[in-house]
Amino acid sequence: MRTDRALRALGVAALAGMVATVWLGLFVTPNAVGFADGTVRLLYIHPPLAWVMFIAYGMATLSSLLYLWPRTRHRRFDRLAGASAEVGVIFTGLTLVTGSIWGRTTWGVWWAWDPLLTTTALLFVLYLGYLAIRNVPGDPETVARRSAIAGLVAFLDVPIVFFAVSWWRSLHQGPTIDLATRHSYVHGSMAWTLLLGFVSFTLTYVWLMAHRYRLAALKDLEDDQGLETALAERWAEAVR
Amino acid sequence: MAPVVSLRDAVALAGRFPLLSGVTLDVGEGEIVHLSGPNGAGKSSLLRLCCGLVPLRSGSAMVLGHDLSLDRRSVRLLVGYLGHQTFLYEELTVEENLRFALRASGSETPEATRQAAAAMARLGLGGRLATTAVGKLSAGQRRRTAIAVVVGRRPRLWLLDEPHAGLDAEARGLLDEIVLEARAGGATLVISSHELAASGGSPLADRVVHLDGGRVVAAPVGEGEPAANDSAQGVDGVGHAAPQDATSPEQPFGPRKPVTAHVA
Amino acid sequence: MLRDALLVCGKDLRIELRSKIGINQVAPFAAAVLLLFGLALGPSRPALQAAAAGLFWVAVLLSVVLAVQRSFAVESADAARDGLRLSGLDPAGIFLGKGAAIVVQLLVLEALLTAGVALLFGARLSGGLVLFAACVSASIGLAAVGVLYGVLSSGARVKETLLPLLLLPVAAPVLLGATKAWDDALAGDPTHAGVWLSLLAVFAVLYVAVGTVAFGPLLEDA
Repeated sequence: MRTDRALRALGVAALAGMVATVWLGLFVTPNAVGFADGTVRLLYIHPPLAWVMFIAYGMATLSSLLYLWPRTRHRRFDRLAGASAEVGVIFTGLTLVTGSIWGRTTWGVWWAWDPLLTTTALLFVLYLGYLAIRNVPGDPETVARRSAIAGLVAFLDVPIVFFAVSWWRSLHQGPTIDLATRHSYVHGSMAWTLLLGFVSFTLTYVWLMAHRYRLAALKDLEDDQGLETALAERWAEAVR
Repeated sequence: MAPVVSLRDAVALAGRFPLLSGVTLDVGEGEIVHLSGPNGAGKSSLLRLCCGLVPLRSGSAMVLGHDLSLDRRSVRLLVGYLGHQTFLYEELTVEENLRFALRASGSETPEATRQAAAAMARLGLGGRLATTAVGKLSAGQRRRTAIAVVVGRRPRLWLLDEPHAGLDAEARGLLDEIVLEARAGGATLVISSHELAASGGSPLADRVVHLDGGRVVAAPVGEGEPAANDSAQGVDGVGHAAPQDATSPEQPFGPRKPVTAHVA
Repeated sequence: MLRDALLVCGKDLRIELRSKIGINQVAPFAAAVLLLFGLALGPSRPALQAAAAGLFWVAVLLSVVLAVQRSFAVESADAARDGLRLSGLDPAGIFLGKGAAIVVQLLVLEALLTAGVALLFGARLSGGLVLFAACVSASIGLAAVGVLYGVLSSGARVKETLLPLLLLPVAAPVLLGATKAWDDALAGDPTHAGVWLSLLAVFAVLYVAVGTVAFGPLLEDA
């Protein structure tokens, strides 16, 4: 099938990209000035992970919105939201781990309560809550609607949290991430590798999403067919 | 005259399980319909569908002119539901519960309050009991309170789920009176019970609708119908022809209407 | 809508007065939380004094979970939502009414906890206006999110664990803002608290608005 082949091509491309990123990142690009030995390598995976995390979250929120909007109400958006949340939770966890490692090597602490990472941690917990809500039993439309509303309610919280934590941190003298300094050292082969990292992680996200979505669609199909059987069994109860 | 309740192949689900697997039913204004059937037949689900609590999965359902597939909420104010649970607040007294229910449904007119108070007194809830917290009442007394709430709301459609359960003989008699008065006042009633003949039969019903397996079926063999079925009446999908029983155990109270059960 | 809100609020408060769950269970729970904090962080006064605001608000946050669960448990055990749906009440009114009842209970609780914090942690109460403003806006915000997530989880069988999981992360900004406002006030620098109070206000307004709209659909889901 065409989609199968396209998916496989996508998977191969994603894998190739990731391998290339790792190889380039570990062996080819130089050590950067101002970073502890070797930690610049994290530059090639941490920002891409965070980027994908935001895409996933945005996708889940957008799909929830589309599902709730009467004109675009369709089960596919609910499946998209669920798939995106599941994939997103993985990337969020990885973002937290790589961020923490970076913090350890750069500032000597495993966790520095900086605004971005703290918001990410909160996002992680919100994702988990969202997935918990999706698992509450009910008929598909009910679950979809309930999850969509819950997703939006959680989404509204994220900017508030970010600002709150930023204000909170700005009152304390402590290590802060300065995005500018991070990127001012990025040029040449580093820049290309970083770009490659972004691209390959995004491809990986799309590939994972496609498979997860397919799984959800198949499950819905099975459930719908199960309805016919269930109806028949119910009628049979009346035959005495 | 448009039927008060009109269902066509109504399917309702709870998760994956079909509560109702295709119910077709008409209830005309002023009728008292008895829903009968074994446990798990779908009687409660049918009543809950009619008051908009259960979403309609497929088919059509019109209740009091409202299309339930479009809007389940608006019909709830027009309907009086007596379910297995009483929806009463344990910490509030009988009086307070009644007042809250009437205010909530917007029917706290002086007339309605007077009627509700009268119903309370009739059901033996006046005096000391009126100011007792519901949590301290017996199950039967709570049931009576719930009935008083329904009476107070003066709905056009009454949906009673096993109303006689938990009531003593005196209360059952009172309930029967209330039911007839409601009908005399223009209301329509659908009452469910899994016994066809409780306390001497179901004298109130104009007709009986049998449910089984989530849909309307013909009367099981051995139970009579209040009136003879048309032999031209179709057989249902299950394959049973409507039985022609010469004797019927219950005596319909008042004018009998011909059976027009629409068999699914 | 407002009429229904008043009706529901009155009903909830009357039930609370009769059952006294708030006084008998939630307040002692919050007091116990404070005591446990004291045991965990004390007995050195400076540490406790510095942390007083934060500990106060964590205790409040945990108590909100209980208050919300109680608010929905009141709606007949089996059919928690059927009764509300059948009553004919405007869902937005139910949301506002239940929320208002919880706000009242929270304010009473916070008054008690303020005394507790002053007593146990030696917090010097200054900047009373800021303290009070923070309490009011934080309580409104917490009640709003609480009722919203409360109705969402009330249908689930795992509601006891689902509600805290949902509520606490979302309430994080309130915790932050209220603690910082209190910190500023207790340190004798109430003017600084403006930023935090506006954060609390934004949160409260946002979630009251969202809840008014979203409560109805969430109540409908079986």
